[in-house]
Amino acid sequence: MYVEGLGRHTCPSFHLLLLLISLQVGLHSVEGVWPLPQSYVPSPEQYRLNPQAFYFGYGKQSAAQSGCTVLDSAFKRYFSLVFPDFSSGYGALRFSVDKPFIVEVTVDHNDCEGYPNEDSSERYSLTVSAGLASLNADTVWGALRGLETFSQLVYQDDFGSYFVNKTDIEDFPRFQFRAILLDTSRHYLPVQTILKTLDAMAYNKFNVFHWHIVDDPSFPYQSRTFPDLSSKGAFHPMTHIYTQSDVRRVISHGRLRGIRILPEFDSPGHTKSWGKGQPDLLTPCYKGSAPSGAYGPVNPTLLSTYEFMAGLFKEVSSVFPDSYIHLGGDEVDFTCWRSNPDVRAFMQKMGFGADFTKLEAFYMENIVNITSSLNKTSIVWQDVFDYHERRSSLSVVEVWKQGCYLCEVLRVTKAGLKVILASPWYLDQPGPTHNWARYYTVFPLAFKGTEEQKKLVIGGEVCMWGEYVDATNLNPRLWPRASAAAERLWSDEKQTFDVNKAFPRLKDFRCKLLRRGIQAEPLFVGHCKHEYQGI
Amino acid sequence: MSNTLKLTVLLLALSSCRGLQFNHIDDYEDESELVFQESEYGSLWPLPQKVQISEVSFKLMSASFQIVDAKESSAGPSCSLLKDAYRRYFEYMFGSTKRQQHTKSRRTGLSELIELQVWITSPDSECDGYPSVTSDESYELSVDQPIAVLKAPKVWGALRGLETFSQLVYEDEYGAKSINGTQISDFPRFAHRGILLDTSRHYLPIKVILANLETMAWNKINVFHWHIVDDQSFPYLSRTFPQLSQKGAYHPYTHVYTPADVKMVIEFARLRGIRVIPEFDTPGHTQSWGKGQKDLLTPCYSGSKPSGSFGPVNPILNTTYDFMGAFFKEISTVFPDAYIHLGGDEVDFTCWKSNPDIQDFMDQEGFGQDFTKLESFYIQKLLNIVTSTKKGYMIWQEVFDNGVKLNPDTVVHVWMGGTSSDEMSRVTEAGFTTILSAPWYLDYISYAQDWQKYYKVEPLSFNGTEAQKKLVVGGEACLWGEYVDGTNLTPRLWPRASAVAERLWSAKDVTDINDAFNRLSLHRCRMVERGIPAEPLFSSYCPHEYKGL
Repeated sequence: MYVEGLGRHTCPSFHLLLLLISLQVGLHSVEGVWPLPQSYVPSPEQYRLNPQAFYFGYGKQSAAQSGCTVLDSAFKRYFSLVFPDFSSGYGALRFSVDKPFIVEVTVDHNDCEGYPNEDSSERYSLTVSAGLASLNADTVWGALRGLETFSQLVYQDDFGSYFVNKTDIEDFPRFQFRAILLDTSRHYLPVQTILKTLDAMAYNKFNVFHWHIVDDPSFPYQSRTFPDLSSKGAFHPMTHIYTQSDVRRVISHGRLRGIRILPEFDSPGHTKSWGKGQPDLLTPCYKGSAPSGAYGPVNPTLLSTYEFMAGLFKEVSSVFPDSYIHLGGDEVDFTCWRSNPDVRAFMQKMGFGADFTKLEAFYMENIVNITSSLNKTSIVWQDVFDYHERRSSLSVVEVWKQGCYLCEVLRVTKAGLKVILASPWYLDQPGPTHNWARYYTVFPLAFKGTEEQKKLVIGGEVCMWGEYVDATNLNPRLWPRASAAAERLWSDEKQTFDVNKAFPRLKDFRCKLLRRGIQAEPLFVGHCKHEYQGI
Repeated sequence: MSNTLKLTVLLLALSSCRGLQFNHIDDYEDESELVFQESEYGSLWPLPQKVQISEVSFKLMSASFQIVDAKESSAGPSCSLLKDAYRRYFEYMFGSTKRQQHTKSRRTGLSELIELQVWITSPDSECDGYPSVTSDESYELSVDQPIAVLKAPKVWGALRGLETFSQLVYEDEYGAKSINGTQISDFPRFAHRGILLDTSRHYLPIKVILANLETMAWNKINVFHWHIVDDQSFPYLSRTFPQLSQKGAYHPYTHVYTPADVKMVIEFARLRGIRVIPEFDTPGHTQSWGKGQKDLLTPCYSGSKPSGSFGPVNPILNTTYDFMGAFFKEISTVFPDAYIHLGGDEVDFTCWKSNPDIQDFMDQEGFGQDFTKLESFYIQKLLNIVTSTKKGYMIWQEVFDNGVKLNPDTVVHVWMGGTSSDEMSRVTEAGFTTILSAPWYLDYISYAQDWQKYYKVEPLSFNGTEAQKKLVVGGEACLWGEYVDGTNLTPRLWPRASAVAERLWSAKDVTDINDAFNRLSLHRCRMVERGIPAEPLFSSYCPHEYKGL
């Protein structure tokens, strides 16, 4: 009753792999670390870890010492992640004879109260030896990555004892920008769901949460300056909104995990919900010579539009500490603009003729200038680059369209602009196959460009659009498929191009995610020692 | 109807908001984007056969409303099946508001509904029995002031009616529970409305199975087809052959179903009017059986020597049939349903071909090189064994295709895509009862609203006489387990399986996709509110979002 071709004929190699895995289980070791560190030298020498005699501490030379919020709270988190079974009551009865094991963290800079940014170093080195793991990093953000790696090195035998092997690791990310986009407009995602995603992102060493916070269907961001936007534009003005304290919570949760929060306020298209709370913001569409009652994109001809935008972005710039801001600019439908006589008159006045891309470029340039004056670097979707003639005002372009996306990457970098690549990682589309490998066998730099151009590719992004996704299905749809992208963006491509080699490690990592309460779906048949316990 | 169903409008009508995805792979371009409007049938799902809803509305107070046995009911106070159901549905209707109103003061007398009386009309309520393919699930529901009456010949119909009643209750703008005057007369179009879950490719915790049985009841699904074992693992803990799961499960303690677990599943299902049909698929799909049962599987040969690998069940040994006899004797006592699913699909002949003993046997029996004959030989003997346990059987279509002699009451399960209409014609022409699964393989995934595809299926669209069509007793949605476990099963199943549920319950002419979208959107929010992570149909919101994290 199972249709042939899906289960068994497609992947004979899986069967071999499964055999290999069952053999390796007997060795009581870890499959490895996900994403794979740049240099990873394990050894068979094994040390037993006793939770009663295990400590995190700061090295003498460390610029950060006790009281460092980022690391103090990370120590607390990672203790539970390293020892998932540990409960103090059970351990207290045992007479502790083990010698202590210390994870000693040394960082060169005390950025404990700061935010991660586009220049933050995430480099670390980790040396595990008898009784001591030395973790050295430039910044606390690098130390966080190293703690995650350490937690993945610890494993349990069948009797529940914890072990770690002698190991040497030197690690740093291949790309500085490794993002996940969640869409909270097409469906509202409870804050808990967002925080949980940030947890899982940290396990995968993602470092940017791209918050596509508003769009056509709803405006859940509660603005201090323009409260009507959410009170009229959210699905529900009380239950389906993000208050300022919700936003602060997300930002703070992200910061403690070394994750930047990048908000997107997409305009001039994708703004239907804005119009409900802000009269005259959207363009009235015409049918013949009379307004039809429908509205199109933001009205680019009115001064009041830019006053409003300046006010909104001023607020957004102060609420979100990151130096980047995403301005959207994608998929603008010109039909409504074209129908409106005032817009047409404006076009004439500006000498745009009938080329509405010029009008869009005019609008975007104004918005970019607003954010530049607020000292923010703007990111735009590729549409803006494609339409724009004066590209010098742009700085970062996100490539999202399918097809030859590397051709677009080539064009954008040729123009000297930075690129974020999203096209191969549209994870909201579940089918047509279950194959995770298509998110893994992506080669972001496989275009014919100079070294300088390749340096302009600052990273990539997993997009989880919300048409068909809400809190009921987000997690299994995101994990572990996003993990495939995580490794592509962090690890060395030469060491990680082989899907079959990656498979057992990813399978193991997926079980680790389950153990940590992340509802990561299976890659193929098989089981985890600790299955997901929810429904 | 403006005054009647004051349901909170859940969905914003958004016609053009696909976001950044005009390039997605869209197989179903005929699937229009639907715009939510309130249906005149509110949130009823699946739609009853006959519904009349008036504009008069009544209030229900959690402090005073009761569900009780009608005096004339043949099910007395000892019918715990109904008592459990009364409590369950009371909690669904009032669960979230239980706290607030304990003051009876605000009685609006005239417009209050104080009672739902449940009246089992036939002398035998079947309260302590098990549901079967012939169970009467019909009911009549009359909601009028001051009491509502639910009449059903058997408890099975009463369960369906209680679900319908709970679906009629809504919150008005002030949060008060309300219901409109309503007359419903209802019965299922098909008797067998099933869902297959696969617990071999991935182990499903009992909690997940029970949660989905509960959800099946909300969708009036009445068969849980438990594909309990397969190649990958054997989680069924057999009393007679404990080594099967000891050696064949993913883990002998944490990844098994004990007899107590199985009993719990069966009773939980019975209380919701759901049959549990176990499938023990042979002779193929049995790799995991071989781990705990020596000599059961055929040793494959490489040249003149055994290769070390094993193929399907070995059909030439007497020990095989001794084992099967004892095994199915146990199964027939553990599972009360009148049917067992025996599988019989996808037998790979390569291994049989390689084995010299099998070759000798083929010669001896005069089968030549036709291995379907050997398969039939095996199945025939198996069917005889199962018949001797007084059970009926279901089999996958290949067994019929291969010409095995089948008992007249055999149910043939049609699963192969593409040609399923022809197969339905052939099976019913031969006089066999059949159920359809081919269009409802829910483990296949695709972008956009594939529930519409499942909804648009017409099971009786094949060529055949009226008598042939009567032989189609229903269908099953199959959720195979290669890529599904407890992490993603529930949102992948619901509300997509709800589309199948309505197709199998409601009248043939219930095909309005817009109306279905409107009702299903609300039905999915109801499932979410009752705690089940049913995934969204499209951009929208529910008043009570999923809080399961």
